[in-house]
Amino acid sequence: MTALQEKPKAVAPEGPPPRRRGKRATALAGTDKLVLGLMLGIPTIVHVLFVWIPTLGSIALSFSRWNGIGGFEDIEWIGVDNYVEIFTEYPRFWPAVQHNLIWLAFLLVVPTCAGLLLAVLLDRELRFSRIYQSALYMPMVLSLALIGFIWQLIYTPDGGLLNAVLGLSDKPVDWIGDSDINLYSVLVAAAWRHTGYIMLLYLAGLKSVDPALKEAAALDGASAVQTFFRVTFPVMKPVNIVVAVVTVIEALRAFDIVYVINKGRNGLELLSVLVTDNIIGEASRIGRGSAVAVILLTISLGVIIPYLYQTFSKENRT
Amino acid sequence: MTATLERPSAPTPVKNKRTVTPARIALHAFLILTCLMTLAPLLWAVYASLRTYDDTSVNGYFSVAKSLTFENFAKAWEIGDLPHFYWNTFLITIPALVVTLLLSSMVAFGVSRFSFKFNLALLMIFTAGNLLPQQVIVTPLWRLYRLIEVPEWISASGSLIDSQLGVILIHIAFQSGFCTFVLSNYMKTIPYELTEAARVDGASVFRQYWQLTLPLCRPVLAALATLEFTWIYNDFLWALVLIQDGDKMPVTSALQNLKGTFFTDNNLIAAGSLLVALPTLVVFFVLQRQFVGGLTLGSTKG
Repeated sequence: MTALQEKPKAVAPEGPPPRRRGKRATALAGTDKLVLGLMLGIPTIVHVLFVWIPTLGSIALSFSRWNGIGGFEDIEWIGVDNYVEIFTEYPRFWPAVQHNLIWLAFLLVVPTCAGLLLAVLLDRELRFSRIYQSALYMPMVLSLALIGFIWQLIYTPDGGLLNAVLGLSDKPVDWIGDSDINLYSVLVAAAWRHTGYIMLLYLAGLKSVDPALKEAAALDGASAVQTFFRVTFPVMKPVNIVVAVVTVIEALRAFDIVYVINKGRNGLELLSVLVTDNIIGEASRIGRGSAVAVILLTISLGVIIPYLYQTFSKENRT
Repeated sequence: MTATLERPSAPTPVKNKRTVTPARIALHAFLILTCLMTLAPLLWAVYASLRTYDDTSVNGYFSVAKSLTFENFAKAWEIGDLPHFYWNTFLITIPALVVTLLLSSMVAFGVSRFSFKFNLALLMIFTAGNLLPQQVIVTPLWRLYRLIEVPEWISASGSLIDSQLGVILIHIAFQSGFCTFVLSNYMKTIPYELTEAARVDGASVFRQYWQLTLPLCRPVLAALATLEFTWIYNDFLWALVLIQDGDKMPVTSALQNLKGTFFTDNNLIAAGSLLVALPTLVVFFVLQRQFVGGLTLGSTKG
């Protein structure tokens, strides 16, 4: 890709038209400049106004006490009190953090391993490969809200599939109602959807690995397993980073599925629920909710910034 | 699909191509089992939806059905008022989709065809924006929407809150991050000489964009349209928070109402869920190549 970008620059000195030297934008006529300005400006304004301004708003409001309904003059600035309260008193915060961490760990281990394994198995000349892929990708098109509904049919103690298969119909386990296990029940459903995505990413990654590398390793007497872990996997570093990023973001965004199941209560508290409860639930403490949002933002920036760095650093150099 | 089945007869002389080794059989067995397990939840929902309440309440769900019927679908369609909610979704999804692709392609064109100093910064803003968790944005957005006044013919509330326009706008703003990233990567692969030649011939910037670059981007636009359709269709959070009037909810968020409407009749819930899933499933099976292609483009740079 970079090669393509460099080419015109390399050619330019040979090509005689003198007006092309320097910045290309200077060759633009007045109307063209205006058109280009609008083409870049309008989308940027929309994006910044509705995405980045609210993000900054969350940061600002996290230092305030406000019910969100009244005017801005009702905002009371209280410094870091919200954060202090969240860390020391707010009873739902630490359980939510714990659940989000379990969510992240689970997604990082189960769908990632399963997706990688399936990608490796499917990355070869194989009959019916397309059909297998279709079946495995299918959950990806379903919304997590819908998945919550569909999986309740499996988990319900009232004639659900899981209890019947496990022979527990007489003494049914309440997979979703029991606060000790419901998080894991929901996670299995979430992983069901996530696995297909990870598999897709790794399949694309495996296809981009130069076959000559594998052949060289095989010639040197490496076994298939050795080749995979010593050659293929390290070469796929960019894909691994994308997988890590989408998994962390997915774990932080998790909301729909717990909300349709029980509105994120009774063992299913998540940070995202603590934020939205202030505008659609009974609590209306905008300040405290925003502070939780800022915590989410901080964690997500922890993966967004390295991702941006790895994606755009190559362009920076050219 | 049939094409793939026949592909092994292609002339590539790979060893052991046709001999059936035990390892191959094990591999297929494992994959078939995994696929069945993946499809099981959906198949189970289909099975439950085809049975009557009387049947399952007497025999339980884990039993052989006495009779299969589409009655539940008809009932869910009517009781859930699904046509109305599908329409709401349509009103949000189509404009959001079209405008998102339009705006993103403009930015992508600008940053990939011209070298401004702020190109990289602009791309990073869009890319980072698309990765933020929605909850980081949602509270101030909800308040911001109450401030932005719109004429009453657009929104009865007089502001963006509780209006479909508001949901459309946040979809556009949020999704344009991903689309801009993918489109700009794609546009960078289009030879620079093409637009250069058009410029020398006196084509305006807009013509270079509309008549030259966009047609070349057709495959990636199709992929993005497929992906964005399912994402916007599947949105739950934005509509839940930004729309208060249950009647205006898109179908995915309205599922919440359906749950109450159907109380504990799991067969009806199954039928309703499947009806809601149907459009995305159809899109997936018809346009799978675009769907997968779009996701792959988004992950690998260029």
